Amino acid sequence: MKKLIIAATFGILFSVTTLLSFTAVASGPSIHLDKANNDLSDKESLKKGFKTYLNYCLGCHQLQYQRYNRTFDDLGIDKADGIANYMPTGDKVGGHILNTMPENEAAKWFGSAPPDLTLEARLRSPDWIYTYLRSFYIDESRPFDVNNTVFKDVGMPHVLQNLQGVSTLVVHKELDEHGEEHEVSSLSPAMGGSLTAEEYDVVVRDLTNFLEYVGEPNKLERKAIGYWVLAFLFFFFIISYFLKKEYWKDVH
Amino acid sequence: MLMKLATDFMGWIDKRLPVTDAWNKHLAQYPAPKNFNFWYFFGSLAMLVLVNQIVTGIWLTMNYEPSGDGAFASVEYIMRDVDFGWLLRYMHSTGASAFFVVVYMHMMRGLMYGSYQKPRELLWIFGMLIFLVLMAEAFMGYLLPWGNMSYWGAQVIISLFGAVPIIGDDLTLWIRGDYVISGATLNRFFALHVIAMPLVLVVLVFLHILALHEVGSNNPEGIDIKKPKGSVKPEELSKFTFHKQYSEKYDIVDAVPFHPYYSVKDIMGVAGFLFLFCWVMFFAPEGGGYFMEAPNFTPANGLKTPEHIAPVWYFGPFYTILRVVPDKLLGAVAMFGAIVMLFALPWFDRGIVKSVRYRSKLHLVNLIQFAICFVVLGALGTMPATPTANLIGVIASFGYFGFFIALWFYSKNENTKPVPERIAD
Repeated sequence: MKKLIIAATFGILFSVTTLLSFTAVASGPSIHLDKANNDLSDKESLKKGFKTYLNYCLGCHQLQYQRYNRTFDDLGIDKADGIANYMPTGDKVGGHILNTMPENEAAKWFGSAPPDLTLEARLRSPDWIYTYLRSFYIDESRPFDVNNTVFKDVGMPHVLQNLQGVSTLVVHKELDEHGEEHEVSSLSPAMGGSLTAEEYDVVVRDLTNFLEYVGEPNKLERKAIGYWVLAFLFFFFIISYFLKKEYWKDVH
Repeated sequence: MLMKLATDFMGWIDKRLPVTDAWNKHLAQYPAPKNFNFWYFFGSLAMLVLVNQIVTGIWLTMNYEPSGDGAFASVEYIMRDVDFGWLLRYMHSTGASAFFVVVYMHMMRGLMYGSYQKPRELLWIFGMLIFLVLMAEAFMGYLLPWGNMSYWGAQVIISLFGAVPIIGDDLTLWIRGDYVISGATLNRFFALHVIAMPLVLVVLVFLHILALHEVGSNNPEGIDIKKPKGSVKPEELSKFTFHKQYSEKYDIVDAVPFHPYYSVKDIMGVAGFLFLFCWVMFFAPEGGGYFMEAPNFTPANGLKTPEHIAPVWYFGPFYTILRVVPDKLLGAVAMFGAIVMLFALPWFDRGIVKSVRYRSKLHLVNLIQFAICFVVLGALGTMPATPTANLIGVIASFGYFGFFIALWFYSKNENTKPVPERIAD
């Protein structure tokens, strides 16, 4: 009984502190992020995201740890098709996905050099990318006339503007549950883009999906192997339990 | 024919090196108390994780590049281009955290059942040295991926040595090998991480086990299984054969040979542990941001400080003690003091009864409050410092040190329960 109480105390203790620490990390200056709900096993989505990346992002953001041929293999792109349609820079098919922008110059143009995005989804989370790319608004005080609610005063222009159009930041006052007035800002629906809001969300979701894939190309393989390993260990545990029982018969 | 050949061969070896004797002395005829419980899995598990770290570490070094320019990229090379490199890397990174989980449980076992008490003081000291070297090993290993948190975490910890009076600045310079953390620091940490520390670790583990087998294993009851020679009736002696080194000097009761009884039981423990380990490794290798911190997915940058520099979770308790003391030097003293207290534990405890099962209510309460404080300190270490967190940290630090002080006072004349002569079935 006493053992049980001690065990229970430790159990509760560990769960409470773990919970505590997780909420502590989750809190802080939090920005609401929309769920990307992307699907890594959706190869069509990954291919479209790859295309979008090549067309809109690669000019400034390299994927210096990711290779073209690896991407083709994982996304199910035929090598000839890949070379013809997915390699705008004419590099070697086994090479990394690089651009030719000089880093020092770029730092001068944008305030800081555009970062490599290979690991962006692991650094920030897919939800962050999904929300960020949908949170640009007009701000004429900024060098490129846009600002971002997720990444304040970001140096990046709204590259997907011709697709999404532009939003404006609407600030209005709202009463909270204590009856106090707060300024709440939201983005107006984007105007002037070639896509509807829903279509644009799909484009960004595909792009996010691709970036999550690039962050860890082995993610699906890792999980697939994981199920087999856990299944094996489960049976191994049962067998080892009976083995132990068999040996200990003559002690007890 | 084949059997005879094998026996002859072993005979030839044994005449030259006592292999069979060592096997019997330490495994097949080593008397282990028959009542080991759940808490006794963690010693063998620590050994398993050590082997895991060494083996995966060797393979990682085959593709890792210890230089400021190449380290980060080489880790991504391992993750992407090396066959199953991602698996090796995750086994190693998850293994680091698992090592501390296992070691903390192993230490808690020692606290609960008084395994540090006479005659096991030296055994405890070796264990504490292992813990200390393990912390150094983990700290240096964390710099190697050369991510931004690697960089700034090391920056914070190394700057602690700057608090040492007079020689502080020169000392930090000597440790870093540069005025800031740089490729020079990375290179020496690599050397220490892959050869110096592991060597020391393996030797200490060897000594830890040797010292254990000299004094014998404690058990959850804290009852000695080695009785004075001739004090036990022959029919009450353990029915198993034990090595003459043990049975010549003592009458051994309530014991089983380590092998096969505990080897098969530990295999079960290994299976259970690996299930949890693989669960984390295959499905959450970042450990919710605790095993691999998000800022480490961007290369080290001396100009870009992460918003919130947190040490890896296993340093949390000691980091919090450091942080709640307003003065840098005193904070460092308190932090190292927290480890010194653990070293000196066998002398803080002046009691004779070992197991918490037969000690006073007060001791049980003290032990539980210590465990709570340790976990709270650990959790706080990963959080940003706020006034509330600081206050809780101060209280928990008092709880941590208070455990030892209180123990010293009450253990001399403790109101303990009578300890049985024998381990009950």
